[in-house]
Amino acid sequence: MAYGGLAVPIIVMSVFWGVVGGVLPWLVPKGPNRGVINTMLVTCAVCCYLFWLIAILAQLNPLFGPQLSNETIWYLRYHWP
Amino acid sequence: MGSLFRSEEVCLAQLFLQSASAYSCISELGERGLLEFRDLNPKVSPFQRRFVGEVRRCEEMEKTFTFLQQELRAAGRLPGPCPESPRAPAAREALRVQEQSEQLAQELREVSRSRSSLRDRLRDLRQHLHVLREGQRFTSLPAPLGSPPRPRALSEREPILDPSLHHHLDRKINFVAGVIHPWRVTAFERLLWRACRGYLVASFVEMPEPMEDPATGESITWVIFLISYWGEQIGQKIRKISNCFHCQVYGYPESEASRTEAITRLHGQIQELSVTLEETEKYLAEVLDKVVQVLPTWRVQVQKMKAIYLVLNQCSFDVTKKCLIAEVWCPVRDLTQVQDALRQGSYQSGSSVECFVQRVPTAESPPTLIRTNKFTAGFQSIVDAYGVASYQEVNPAPYAIITFPFIFAIMFGDVGHGLLMFLFALWMVLYEDSPRLRQGTNEIWLTFFEGRYLILLMGAFSIYTGFIYNECFSKATAIFPSAWSVATMANHSSWSSAYLATHPSLTLDPNVTGVFQGPYPFGIDPIWSLATNHLNFLNSFKMKMSVVLGIVHMGFGVMLGVFNHVHFQQRHRLVLEFLPEMIFLLALFGYLVFLIFYKWIKFSAADSRVAPSILIHFIDMFLFTSNAENLPLYPGQVPVQMVLVVLALASVPVLLLGTPLYQWCRQRAPRTPLVTGEQEPLLEGQEAGNSVNATTEDVESGGHSPDAKHLDFAEIFMHQAIHTIEYCLGCVSNTASYLRLWALSLAHAQLSEVLWSMVMRNGFVGLSYVGGVVLVPVFAAFAVLTVAILLVMEGLSAFLHALRLHWVEFQNKFYVGAGYKLCPFAFAPDTWE
Repeated sequence: MAYGGLAVPIIVMSVFWGVVGGVLPWLVPKGPNRGVINTMLVTCAVCCYLFWLIAILAQLNPLFGPQLSNETIWYLRYHWP
Repeated sequence: MGSLFRSEEVCLAQLFLQSASAYSCISELGERGLLEFRDLNPKVSPFQRRFVGEVRRCEEMEKTFTFLQQELRAAGRLPGPCPESPRAPAAREALRVQEQSEQLAQELREVSRSRSSLRDRLRDLRQHLHVLREGQRFTSLPAPLGSPPRPRALSEREPILDPSLHHHLDRKINFVAGVIHPWRVTAFERLLWRACRGYLVASFVEMPEPMEDPATGESITWVIFLISYWGEQIGQKIRKISNCFHCQVYGYPESEASRTEAITRLHGQIQELSVTLEETEKYLAEVLDKVVQVLPTWRVQVQKMKAIYLVLNQCSFDVTKKCLIAEVWCPVRDLTQVQDALRQGSYQSGSSVECFVQRVPTAESPPTLIRTNKFTAGFQSIVDAYGVASYQEVNPAPYAIITFPFIFAIMFGDVGHGLLMFLFALWMVLYEDSPRLRQGTNEIWLTFFEGRYLILLMGAFSIYTGFIYNECFSKATAIFPSAWSVATMANHSSWSSAYLATHPSLTLDPNVTGVFQGPYPFGIDPIWSLATNHLNFLNSFKMKMSVVLGIVHMGFGVMLGVFNHVHFQQRHRLVLEFLPEMIFLLALFGYLVFLIFYKWIKFSAADSRVAPSILIHFIDMFLFTSNAENLPLYPGQVPVQMVLVVLALASVPVLLLGTPLYQWCRQRAPRTPLVTGEQEPLLEGQEAGNSVNATTEDVESGGHSPDAKHLDFAEIFMHQAIHTIEYCLGCVSNTASYLRLWALSLAHAQLSEVLWSMVMRNGFVGLSYVGGVVLVPVFAAFAVLTVAILLVMEGLSAFLHALRLHWVEFQNKFYVGAGYKLCPFAFAPDTWE
């Protein structure tokens, strides 16, 4: 499958966590817990986005490839596109 | 933001209570649980306090209640729980409770006593009856020679004293009959034989039914003995011996007729006694019923009363105004409620003058009050376990709600295990109101139950990190197709089947076009779980990830300190502490993060042979050296690094000396104008600005303060030096400490892989029906080991390390934690047993 490169995942994830951390806090109903819920949303968005970002950037330009056993190569050669 | 962000405002207040209505006011306040009372009579011993009489009365009542409770327990009945929480009784009611309880206790004691004496008597009579009956056997029929073995359950040997002798003798025979403990029989027999051999005949038989031993209460099969002897002195000897052995001796009439008469008489007595005993037992049951009904309510009432009097003992009595003054810590928000409670209390006691509350300014540090709900309580408790927040200091708990489960999940990341944890916590949360779950007594279960929301979030985040690590019970899933194309590599390098047969392992080369198609969109590519060199890649990824996340976490901690500086009106600390701290952290470790991201983006497989090592660059940066083989990452790297190191080193003295010098200057500055004005007429020739030598007044009153301030400054300098060293060295060591995120996630991944390949895979050996049967116990073993090792053990381990990272590495950037909690006076139901 032709890969979309880096652009598509970055846009999707940024938008998603951006909504979670930037838009949802405005939609939380007013109440005694609003502050805590907003803190939770923003912290969660930042943590999860950063973690995903590290994972994808680490694989962006691999310096070496995977070393596979010959059985795996036999199987994957025809099974995976 | 609400009170989770920092402690609520708590003020010191004084309550003025009229003596008449003091009791009901405190009762009202206790029901609401708002205030913490301070002890105004700390130096007074408990025996000299005002209300010591009342407290003693309560304690006496409690003693009576304990006695009643013991009696209930002895009878095997339990008092039920108190239905609704009764209020503390007024004085008259308390008196009534006391009288009634004492009366019940008295009755109970008498009835129990009479019952036990009746029981003793009954047992006595029954033993006598048995003695007579069994004795009949030996004395009514002559035993023939060589008779069948007598019922001697204790020894198989020949009897020492042959009972068949007695009918050869024609002297007058007397009897001693009684009952003896079975363990003493042989000794008794031996002693009898040694003492009076030949002159007596003894026979022993076991009692048909066991009876209670009066001393120990256990049921024993007594042994009845019948000794026939002739001669008065022998008789005395025998009686003395039986006395020694604590035997119960009964009279044994000689003639047959009197024996039967005695037996019938005994029967009659036993009958009467049994009837009386039954009546007594019934009456006892009635009394116990009454106790069961009233005891729980009484207990709670008296406990509340005692608590109120203990609080009243802490108040001081003002003779001029004839009222009690209580000093309390009160949340400012609740002052109106307190006034309301006082009004109610005064009204209830029927007094016309109202009690009131007055706020009082204080220099002391109030206790910390952070209101939590059932969700936030768990997170607040893990923060409090390290140290309660100082008054109005920033509370790390609202951030820990997310960062703690997140850091746990980094070390635990696995979709399958996370899902199991999440479901377990979900079950606990959905059924949290069920009494069966709430009233567990097992401490370990209660710990898990209290932390159910914590475990819920930990499980949820573990599922997310499990997807990113691409691990589900150690297996990777290909949600998106893998980015590495084996077919392209095989075609490019002409990997024929023969070639593959001779080469057990081959590497895919990302330099070949088409082999690597782009980064996997969500998480780690699934091909890495099939690769033999997957640890090479994963270790590099996880180590860098740990360092990046650690530095971000610590930077966040330093930034939280800003809130403290602003709130406590110490804006100079923003420039003199926060800025140098941030510069130090960012110049060195922020730059490290930049290097990591830069290398990920800029360097690819094309220059993989000459890719620079970040670690060596970082070390060289500190040592101001350079390594020829290590190429720079970007042009101009060396000067940039030099600037950053110089900047970081420059911030250290600012951090060390900034705040103390600022405080010292502030101390001196307002005094100099005062000093110069008054100094000239008295002390000429003194230098202006010499703050130690001032007017005589200043010397007397301020003589201590300059010295004290100098001492203070020494302390401030010392404190700041320690803080600086701790911060700078801590930055380095704490960054390394965050590598435990890598270590534990590696351990978890390896453990689950071992469990799969060594346990579960053996179940797939045969694909026949037999293989299916074999799979069942294999899966059982896999499941048990997964839960025990991976969920419980690894879960606890990751929990502990996440906790340590929060308590030490995160919190030492901004948290002091030297406060104490507000413990309001309340009649909480869980303080009663």
